[in-house]
Amino acid sequence: MPESFIASFSRFRRSHEFWLLIVILVLCASLSLANAQFLTMQNLFDLLTSYAFVGILALGLLVVLIAGGIDISFTATASVAQYVALAVANAYGANWISVCAMAIGIGGALGAVNAILIQKLRIPSIIVSIATLNVFYGLLIFFTAGKYIYSLPDWFATGIFWFEFEWGKDSSYGVNLQIFALAVCFLITWLVLNRTNIGRQIYAMGGNADAARRLGFHIFGLNMLVYCYMGVMAGVASLVQAQLAQSVAPTVLVGKELDVVAAVVLGGASLMGGVGTVLGTFLGLALLAVLQNGLILLGVSSYWSPLFVGFVILISVSVTAWSQRERRTKRAGP
Amino acid sequence: MNKSPLAALLRRMSRRVGSGTVATLAPLLLALWAGFAIVIGDRFFSIDTLQSMAFQMPELGILSLAMMLALLSGGLNLSIIATANLTGLTIAFLLTRYIPGTDGIAWVGVQVVALVAGFAVAALIGLINGFVIAYLRVSPILATLGTMTLCKGLAIGLTHGNVISGFPAPIVFIGNGTVWGVPVALIVLALCALPVATLLNATPFGAKVYMIGSNEKATRYSGVDTRAVLLKLYVLSSLLAGVAAVVMLARFNSANAAYGESYLLVTILAAVLGGVDPFGGFGKVGGLILALIILQVISSAFNLLNLSQFLTLAIWGGILIAVAAVPYLRGKFAR
Repeated sequence: MPESFIASFSRFRRSHEFWLLIVILVLCASLSLANAQFLTMQNLFDLLTSYAFVGILALGLLVVLIAGGIDISFTATASVAQYVALAVANAYGANWISVCAMAIGIGGALGAVNAILIQKLRIPSIIVSIATLNVFYGLLIFFTAGKYIYSLPDWFATGIFWFEFEWGKDSSYGVNLQIFALAVCFLITWLVLNRTNIGRQIYAMGGNADAARRLGFHIFGLNMLVYCYMGVMAGVASLVQAQLAQSVAPTVLVGKELDVVAAVVLGGASLMGGVGTVLGTFLGLALLAVLQNGLILLGVSSYWSPLFVGFVILISVSVTAWSQRERRTKRAGP
Repeated sequence: MNKSPLAALLRRMSRRVGSGTVATLAPLLLALWAGFAIVIGDRFFSIDTLQSMAFQMPELGILSLAMMLALLSGGLNLSIIATANLTGLTIAFLLTRYIPGTDGIAWVGVQVVALVAGFAVAALIGLINGFVIAYLRVSPILATLGTMTLCKGLAIGLTHGNVISGFPAPIVFIGNGTVWGVPVALIVLALCALPVATLLNATPFGAKVYMIGSNEKATRYSGVDTRAVLLKLYVLSSLLAGVAAVVMLARFNSANAAYGESYLLVTILAAVLGGVDPFGGFGKVGGLILALIILQVISSAFNLLNLSQFLTLAIWGGILIAVAAVPYLRGKFAR
């Protein structure tokens, strides 16, 4: 079916993701010319490992944005999930399954709190999540006195290292916890959004909540699912981050919410709901990751890196908005 | 539930005072004041306590005004803190680099020039925000996220995260001095709040801002140049962030790329608590001021009780949810 392939390609060529892909490819090509270090397996694995935390959170936020809401309490949710799960593991002993279950359970429960407040008290999601960010975080620091946990269980500190293989001389690569969790989360989110009835319902609800309600969608149930999913992703991301940092620091995560928002909206998700793709989110994340990594490899002082990130965000959103306006005026014209 | 005496009382009270933000916040403030007075006693009403409250409130207050302006138009300004820090650093740099050792015309001149340059930087950032939002039609949250990162990047890149400190006495006086017992910073807050309130309530510009917040398209079709209004609004928001910068650098006697970052979401919290609709169109300066006093009273009382500032944060969040739920609960009880 070459014709349908051509049609879908020409649709892709007009999409936000296509332009993002071009920008990333150009960036990658010029970086690999400028520095041989860039296009190595080592660097690729390091990038995936260090951006897994933001990536997993971005997937949760993507689902919330598509559903027409917003959540910025996820950093606090992650801090709570991380602290409780690993403090319990230290005190009473645990294994991978129970520590994951705890983090996911706590994340899901805090997500449910958000969903109940938003749906039952009819408060806009932005207000609820700003409030719960402060409540979760404030209570966590109040009860833990902001103490770090430095000694993690041995099995957790060691992590996992699967599918080990050799590449070149004396360097071995494998799938570590971060990359494994990132891949699984991407796969599940893609499946839920694109291959299930619920995924279509989430898009429909975000596009027009009133219409979805009149069609008989279970709005409360869908919202509950969406905010719990965000919480679960925060739980998973928190473990990934704790394993990478080899410690639990309750005060470090809060304040990073806008990094995640930046990745998701760079990927084309709309804050108005109903729009956004998993591929776009991946590309948005990749753009930020490649840019920051590239600047370091080019020897630019890390002090200047936020300036470039700011430029890229500003230019990218401006160009997107401008091209959308051009298309609209073209369609409106004769 | 409708027959319960509590519901009847609530109904009668809400009929008496109307159902605005003030009707919710004023009783809350009185209740907090009474509660803390019982727990803490006289110390809560001492001159020292009141003065320290008046010293702490203006920074958050002026920043919240800046946030409120953007919120009223249905937007958001995430770049206020970064703008304030970049402005503060500009002023701090000029003051510490070019100030002569002795008093004189040059000494006054440098201070004036430094302040003017700082406000020029703030205005420039506001122009960028306004242009990108109004003319390129980028959603405000994305545009200001970009300028926030940009400004912070510039500030960090130029200072490497270092602090610039040591300013002449008149500047420090703005943050730490008092006039007849009233902190100068509080006077600065009043000098910001009154004109902003007048601008919003008594001028065509203010009416246009509220209209844009309610329905931008309808406002444009009714012949208002919405783009020019938005541009001016974001410049104004930036300039207020600049005023906050002066108060902050004067109070700490220093400037840095990362001061006050935790204030960003708190300004939204304060504005929304003060009755500003997060989707635009509604909200008064009076409500915001009342909300700021409530937040400050809780914070100061917890401080006197030796409770953690993080517990204050949690209570602030809880109060926001409680106040935001009032319209819904009132609708339920009044039926």
